[in-house]
Formats: sequence, C-alpha cells, structure tokens
Amino acid sequence: MRVHKVSLRTVGGLLLVLGLIVFTAQFNLAAAAVGQPAQDEFVPLESVPPEDQLPAAPLLVAAYALLWIAVVGYLWSIWRRMAAVERDLSDLAGRTGDS
Amino acid sequence: MKSKAFGGLLAIAAVMFVGAPILISGAPTESTMGLVQKIFYFHVPSWIVMFLAVFICGFSSAIYLFKERPAADRLAVASAELAVLFGLMGLMTGPLWAIKAWGVWWQWDARLTMALILELIFIAYILLRTYGGPGSEKLAAGLALFGMANVPFVYISVNVWRTIHPTTNVVPTLSSSAPGMFGPFVWCMVAFLVLFVAMLTARLRLEEQRSRLERLHLALEG
Amino acid sequence: MKSFFETALLVSFKDIRVETRSWEMVSTTLFFAASCVLVFSFAFVREGRPIDGAAAGIIWIAVAFSGTLALGRAFERERYQDAMRGLLMAPVQRSALFLGKLLGIILLMAVVEAVVVLFVAFTFQISLFLYPGYLFLLLATGTVGFATVGTLFAAMLLRTSSRGVLLPILLYPVTFPVLIAGVGGTVALFQGQPNLDLARFWIALLVFFDAVFITLALWTFEPVMTE
Repeated sequence: MRVHKVSLRTVGGLLLVLGLIVFTAQFNLAAAAVGQPAQDEFVPLESVPPEDQLPAAPLLVAAYALLWIAVVGYLWSIWRRMAAVERDLSDLAGRTGDS
Repeated sequence: MKSKAFGGLLAIAAVMFVGAPILISGAPTESTMGLVQKIFYFHVPSWIVMFLAVFICGFSSAIYLFKERPAADRLAVASAELAVLFGLMGLMTGPLWAIKAWGVWWQWDARLTMALILELIFIAYILLRTYGGPGSEKLAAGLALFGMANVPFVYISVNVWRTIHPTTNVVPTLSSSAPGMFGPFVWCMVAFLVLFVAMLTARLRLEEQRSRLERLHLALEG
Repeated sequence: MKSFFETALLVSFKDIRVETRSWEMVSTTLFFAASCVLVFSFAFVREGRPIDGAAAGIIWIAVAFSGTLALGRAFERERYQDAMRGLLMAPVQRSALFLGKLLGIILLMAVVEAVVVLFVAFTFQISLFLYPGYLFLLLATGTVGFATVGTLFAAMLLRTSSRGVLLPILLYPVTFPVLIAGVGGTVALFQGQPNLDLARFWIALLVFFDAVFITLALWTFEPVMTE
C-alpha cells in the first residue's frame, strides 16, 4: 500500500506564482486609487521662517523623551523579571543543596 | 560574558542617542514640513528596527516549528517583545509628527493601518504566550509566521496606494536629494540597531534563565 | 490508502453529513449573521435611517463575526470523545485533514454569505445584478483567505485554555488585510459610479493573499498540530 504524497512545495510554489502573476498584472490599476500624490523626496530649506520654529519644538522634544522613557521602561521590566527568576533559581539551588 | 556584551552595547547606544540631537539640529530643515520633520530621524529607524524584529521572530518561529530547537523559540519570544516595543515607539512618534505636518493625529491610510495591524499581531503573540497555557509555543510560532507574511503587504501598500504618507522613495534617495540629512539619519539608524541588539541580548538572557528554572523545576518534581 | 484530495474530500463529506443531521450550525450561524446585519444597521444611522454607504462594511462585518463563531464551534465538535486525536492518528497526510476542514468551513460561510448579501441588498436597495461576477469573486477570494487563516488558528487552539477569546484576538489582526480589501472592493462596486478598476485591483490582491496564506497554512498545519 502506498500513500500518494502531493509535493506541497510544488503546490505551494504554483499557487504563489499564480498569485504573483495575477497580482502584478493588476499593479497598474492601482492608479485608480484615491489620494493626492505623495511626497517623493525631502527638499531641504535654505533658511527657516521664524514662525515655524517654536510650535514644532515641543513635539520634537516629546518624541525624543517618549523614546527614552520606552527604552528605560523596558530595560527596567527586564531587570525586574530577571530578579524574580534569579531569586527562584537560588531558592531551588538551596533546596537541592539541602536534600 | 553576555552581560559584558550587553553593557558595552548599551553604553554605545546611549552615547549615540545623546549625540543624536547635535547631529540632527545640524541637519538642514525640510522645506514643506519644517522643524517637525526632524522626528523622521527617530520615527523611521524605529519602524525599520521593528520590521527587523518581526522578521527575526518569523524566521526563528519557522525554525522552531520545523526543527524544534528551543533556542529558536527563545529568540522568537525575545524579538516579538522588542517588535512590540519598537512598534510602540514608532506609533508614538508618528502622530507627534503628523499633528504638525498633516493636522491630524491619525490617518487611515495604507501604511499606518498596516503598521498598526502588524503591531496588533505581535501583541496577540505575546498574549498567546502569556495566557495560552502549556504548548502555546508552537501555536505562537505559527502566528508569527503569518505575521511575517503580512509585512510585504505593508511595504507594497504605500507605493501602490500613493497616499499622504511619504513614499518609500524618500530614504533610498536621501543621500542624493538631501545629503545633509543622510549623515544624521545613518547615525540614528546605527544607534537604533545597536540598541536593538543590546536589548535582545538582555531579553535572551532572561529567557535562558527561565528555561533553566523550568528544567530545574521538572528535575525536582520528577 | 487515500490520496491527498480524496482524504480532504472525505473529511469534508464527514462534516457535511454530520451537519445535515441536525442543521444546527447552518441555522444558528445564519441567524447570528442576520442579527449582526441588523445590529450594525441600527448602530450606524443618520436621520433615523441606516447610512447608505455602510452596506459594504456591514456585509463583511457579518462575514467576519459569524465566521469566527462558526470556526469555534466547528472545532468544538472535534473535542468530543477526542475526535481530533483520532483524525490525527489516521495514516493520512495531516495537511489533507486541514484542507478537508477548510472546505467544510468555506461551504458553510458561502451559504451564510449568500443569505447575508441578499438580505443587505434587500434592506439597502443595492442592485446586485449590476456586476454579480465581481461581487462573487470578491466574496469568494475574501472568504477563502479568512477561512484559511481561521481554520488553521481554530485547529491550533483546540486544546488551549482561553481558546474562545484567543481565536478572535489572533484571527482578526492577521485577516485585517483581507477584510480591508474585501470592503474596499465592495464599496467600489456599490457606489454610484462603480469603479471596476479598483475592484479588479482588490480582487487581485485578495488572490495573492489567498495564495500566500493557503501555502503557509498547508506547510504549518503539520508541525503545529504535533504535540
């Protein structure tokens, strides 16, 4: 008795190729989508008009501060969990030492 | 030795992050968006690192699923947590940029939506690992694979849908279109990568200690 | 020994036969989907009437919610008397089992969707016969994508605690792209001047999704179910 094994890789590969062909054939039709054309490049300024300086600064500072808080917070959480695991480990080591 | 590597990497990352504002303020200001565009130096590297973490999680999940190596599972869970963290950072810095540049905190355009979806997928991964009970490692690995498969759709979407969000052309051509911006961008990118590796090392060590603890528990009860 | 597709069809027929004895899942899922449509129609109102543009979204919400419910219950059946373990021990390719369950789910969702679409068209006065082929393709590709991921996850979670709530938590984020594409295409078809190019684009994207997810699901079903 033989079990006929369909090569999954073949089936999967064929499906992927089919999907890719169908998809890329429709690629141009995406232009029908809504929206204004997006910026393609950043264009540097020569000089910054004064009214643009202040309002953006708090946002920039807030972004920077949030990053620091996130990183430090995560490292603290790792440190806390590590302390708990190390505590359990030394407990167990104490128990095996005694028994 | 691991903790030395972690400490060293963290120190490098800290130095780079302190140095970043100096470089960023020296960089030229963008014409249409003004000062707030400088969030770009944190926002884009956050997302790039998040994608990196997603791929690491996806690939190590695949290895764990098909080869059953425990080290792969540890790497998967560590990178999933970092993916959620860096995604969160991207999701926080984005609206801060958007409120000034677009006038709204959030837009339901392709890339934002898909990035949010990716973040949700990996939050679901963490939830599954935490509350799924025993045996959820393999299931989470399956989920991570599907999450990773979603990433190309995120990338393609902006180019195809052509929305408000700057297209993916910005970063690759930065060195030619705005050379003064390229330097600080690379600096921040490297800083984020070093930070990512440092935190990954730390998180992996936690996971290794947990595995040791579990093995000890089993040995004692057995 | 059966071939891959024979096994899959056997599993599907088994599910269909079990279902036709009581019609429990079909009738309850249908009623739930209809209630979903009504809930959302009453929720999104303007000047005392449901918003016109909501029809496309409501169809897909009903599909997603009733689909999740059906998935949970379809696999709940396999828990009785450890039926799933029996299936897994059979000397057949595991991925054929997956395909069989998937076909059953797709059939169930197709029946439910047929009724939901008619119901929504009736209450929102939408002309279904303008582009029935496009609508069918959209629903078909979207359903296949949703059901593929759903069947895999529901099977995975069979013996997990909190599986009831974990299934939607896992399923929805991964299938959001499918739903977005489905709604996008349906909106393009239902609007005043139907945008066929856009609908075609969404259908193509859905085909791509389906190809990727079916392949992934076939590959990962086996290792994920070995415990």
